Amino acid sequence: MATFLLRRLGLMVLTLWILSLIVFFAGQILPGDPARATLGPFAAQSAVQALDAQLGVNRPLLTRYLSWIGGLLHGNMGTSYAYRTAVEPFVRAALINSIKLAALAFVIVVPLAILGGVLAALFAGRGVDRIISVTGLALSTVPEFVSGVVLIVIFGVELKVLPVTASSGVNASDFEQFRHLILPAIPLVLVLFGYIARMARAGTIESLNSDYTRTAILKGLPRWTVIRRHVLRNSLLPTITVIATQTGYLIGGLVVVETLFNYQGLGNLIYKAAVAKDFPMLEGGVLIIGVVYVLATLIADLLLTYLNPRLRIGGAE
Amino acid sequence: MSGLLQPPTEPDGVLPAEPAGSLGMTTGYLGATAATAVAVASRYTPAAWRLLLRSATFYVGAGIVLFWIVCAIFGHLFAPYSPFTQQLLNTNAAPSSAHWFGTDGLGRDVLSRVITGSRDILIITPLATILGTILGTILGLAMGYFGGVFDLIAGRIVEAFLALPIVIIAFLFIVALGPSTVTLIVVVGLVFTPLIARTVRAAALVERQQDYVSASRLFGESPVRVMLGEILPNVMPAILVEFTVRLGYAIFAIATLSFLGFGIAAPTPDWGADISANYIGLLSGYWWQTLFPALAIASLVIAVILIADSIERVLAS
Repeated sequence: MATFLLRRLGLMVLTLWILSLIVFFAGQILPGDPARATLGPFAAQSAVQALDAQLGVNRPLLTRYLSWIGGLLHGNMGTSYAYRTAVEPFVRAALINSIKLAALAFVIVVPLAILGGVLAALFAGRGVDRIISVTGLALSTVPEFVSGVVLIVIFGVELKVLPVTASSGVNASDFEQFRHLILPAIPLVLVLFGYIARMARAGTIESLNSDYTRTAILKGLPRWTVIRRHVLRNSLLPTITVIATQTGYLIGGLVVVETLFNYQGLGNLIYKAAVAKDFPMLEGGVLIIGVVYVLATLIADLLLTYLNPRLRIGGAE
Repeated sequence: MSGLLQPPTEPDGVLPAEPAGSLGMTTGYLGATAATAVAVASRYTPAAWRLLLRSATFYVGAGIVLFWIVCAIFGHLFAPYSPFTQQLLNTNAAPSSAHWFGTDGLGRDVLSRVITGSRDILIITPLATILGTILGTILGLAMGYFGGVFDLIAGRIVEAFLALPIVIIAFLFIVALGPSTVTLIVVVGLVFTPLIARTVRAAALVERQQDYVSASRLFGESPVRVMLGEILPNVMPAILVEFTVRLGYAIFAIATLSFLGFGIAAPTPDWGADISANYIGLLSGYWWQTLFPALAIASLVIAVILIADSIERVLAS
């Protein structure tokens, strides 16, 4: 168990390091001069050079990477080129907003998708299964802004029951914030439903075909008891992993949803930083997404190990 | 490159342990396909294709795709208006007998823009998917066949890329390289490469254990010949399913990038860009400007997924 944990942590650090390289060098190949982008096309060349020197962008690449990584290890993400203040408060505020939206989407989608997947598995090959599986797969490929537009037209424009923007103002109550997040959460739910339901279905079918389920049926347990105590307990394990890995997707989806619904989250932050060539902001935002993804995967693995005694006792692999 | 890699272990009837955490426990975008595809690969018969022609979902999907292909090629001939003509006295007009889908903020006919807007997306998505499939197949075959250190390193890099949302990686590169048709194809193709590599790797790992692979290695066939001549034909069905599903996600990705402003430049008609240009109008009640392009995108992705689903079902039966 301990070696398993250490190994996972080691791999996590390795993934994060490769990610920091990708993020940093992807940021560096963006064309354009940050000082020029900040000061505008009419600023004097000397002013541009002075600001470049002040921002430190004219230092060698390796020096900049090392100072960036060194700062990160001390919890310092650098200074935004566009705002000239520390990046962290922006990233932190955006992360909190994004987590609210993502959490709402997860709370809706996880029970719904597991229910759908298990139902599809219990009726495998029949009409119910076809409808759930094909609908899930089709919905997962419809871009969020497409379903978002349809939702806005129905609930915001025609029925006028829900607000069409996600931002609820500074002093909004929790309920008001929640009301504003319902419509933006649904496109994310629609995309995620297919993945999670597909995994839950596959796990349940495998478990239904297993020897232990046959034994449980043959010893005369009621069908529902077999499903609840023997099938579901085993079938939902792989689903946990899928749910965790979807955090990466979720934040990609947030870029679109946050743009469409005008919400100040992490996706919006990265999008604006990329357009404004605000590298420290961009790198900070992208790296945070990577960290969230890697952490979610780690938690899922630990949860899986905890819930599955075979992994725990059998050791690492 | 095989010099530094350890040769594949002799098959002994048991599956080798997955390299710790490389790709075994995590499944991302459409995670279940890898497993399904492997099951599919082993049961492939040419007769299956006749079954495909009896599947109703296949006809529905193929019919819709064919409709959009006709629109892409001949749309400018039968569209009621030119997609570029601005009727500045007739802007934001609701659907009527003269303009079935209404007009947009510049007085352009929405129906004509929806019909002709299919062209670019239908050129870009297949090319991007083909590129990603070729590169992903090569990488996946090499990872599955060589295993060992190569698999571990490539697996880490794939994992780091998968930690980032696809849309964010894609738009970083597009901001860096400047939007153009070629950039879109290359970037989406490259972003899909690790995803396809993962599926092919899983399928290749299974094939590597088969007797025919050790037989051809004993004959002294080179690794490249074994991979392309022996393993590739047997993982082809899995690749085919992966290709059709990826095609759906390529439409998702390209449409999303267009919506974010990294796609086809105005004034060329494009569904994603048209939604992006007009969604502000939703607040004023001009729903037709965004709803119809949104439904067009939805119909195309759902059609592709219906085709993918029927191919997968036929191969699995």
